[in-house]
Amino acid sequence: MVKVAADTRRTVASVVDPEIPVLTIEDLGILRSVEQVGDVVVVTITPTYSGCPAMRQIEDDIATALRREAIDDFEIRVTHNPAWTTDWISEEGHRKLAEFGIAPPTGLDEVLCPRCRADSPRLVAQFGSTACKALMVCSSCGEPFDYFKEF
Amino acid sequence: MTEPVISGAPQGTPGIAGELDVIRLLNHADDNMVLAQRLGEWISNAPDLELDIAMGNLALDHLGVARSLYTHAGNVEARGRTEDDFAMKRPEREFTNLLLVEQPNGDFAQTIVRQLFFDLYQQHLWADLANDEDETVAGIAAKAAKENAYHREFSGNWLVRLGDGTIESHRRAQEAVDALWMFTGEMFQGDAAIYREGWETVTGAILAEATLTVPQDPYQKSGGRVGFHTEHLGFLLAEMQWMQRSYPEMTW
Repeated sequence: MVKVAADTRRTVASVVDPEIPVLTIEDLGILRSVEQVGDVVVVTITPTYSGCPAMRQIEDDIATALRREAIDDFEIRVTHNPAWTTDWISEEGHRKLAEFGIAPPTGLDEVLCPRCRADSPRLVAQFGSTACKALMVCSSCGEPFDYFKEF
Repeated sequence: MTEPVISGAPQGTPGIAGELDVIRLLNHADDNMVLAQRLGEWISNAPDLELDIAMGNLALDHLGVARSLYTHAGNVEARGRTEDDFAMKRPEREFTNLLLVEQPNGDFAQTIVRQLFFDLYQQHLWADLANDEDETVAGIAAKAAKENAYHREFSGNWLVRLGDGTIESHRRAQEAVDALWMFTGEMFQGDAAIYREGWETVTGAILAEATLTVPQDPYQKSGGRVGFHTEHLGFLLAEMQWMQRSYPEMTW
């Protein structure tokens, strides 16, 4: 295994999450590695949630991105161990999430309203619009917002 | 149908140890697959929008675990079977899920009781398998353990609300506990016996908080792990598999 060219890695790393398009798969920590094995570029990713329907889409998007760069010899591997955790979301990812209106995964006690930054929002529903989010309402400005659940 | 998963392995399969491993993977995959299908029946039928979404979320988590385990079972078995082959092409007798998860949704109380009983079992299961020597299993279990914490919170809180709610909700919750109790013993057969004590303690505490009583009837029913099911599974599979059965090898 050798390092792939930096631009190949960049191509893969810039693929975005189909449900939260402000985040790249690198921001999310889904992308584990991009390696050159012989003539083949091996991309290794880890699923976020067991049933995340975006995984198939992400695999397709990685394939499309590589083909666009005329890289046809590649393999996308899915690894389950170690299991993905929200700790793998980068600082940059946290910042982008908040900007996008989704409270980043800080733990329920420390959630801030992504609009007015007030604390102590109310949990409306533990299960939100996607598997990774809960629905909350700001107790100050009254706006509902998504919270990226800690896993 | 005449060829159970356990036998008839052609050359090139990983031997007895590998086959036992495949059986173990399919047991857990089937539990999650069947429960996901049941929970999916609630979608568009739940008491309110939040619960509808919650049911879909629970179903998706269980389905995701099932897909990962089926795929891994296919890799371990090395006979070329995919997740779809396991889910869509096996007859009822080859499914080895627990009887509990195939029980009909009934009313909302019955669904919640079924979920809580199973969630509390899986709490122990995933904690155990997170240290499995098969590192793919360990990874899947570590992930599922976190999802299970959300499931338990949901089903536990709801059972307390129903049991300690109105006279009507209490009656229905107790009826659900009484009806499903006979399917709980099966969860602790074989190696899973070590989970029983912890399960009984937590279940007893939640039932007490919900002002519900633990059934005293010792009768227990089992058979799911060897493919002997209650009448309900066949109907579930008929609905789930009919497209593939009617149009073999069709794809989206």
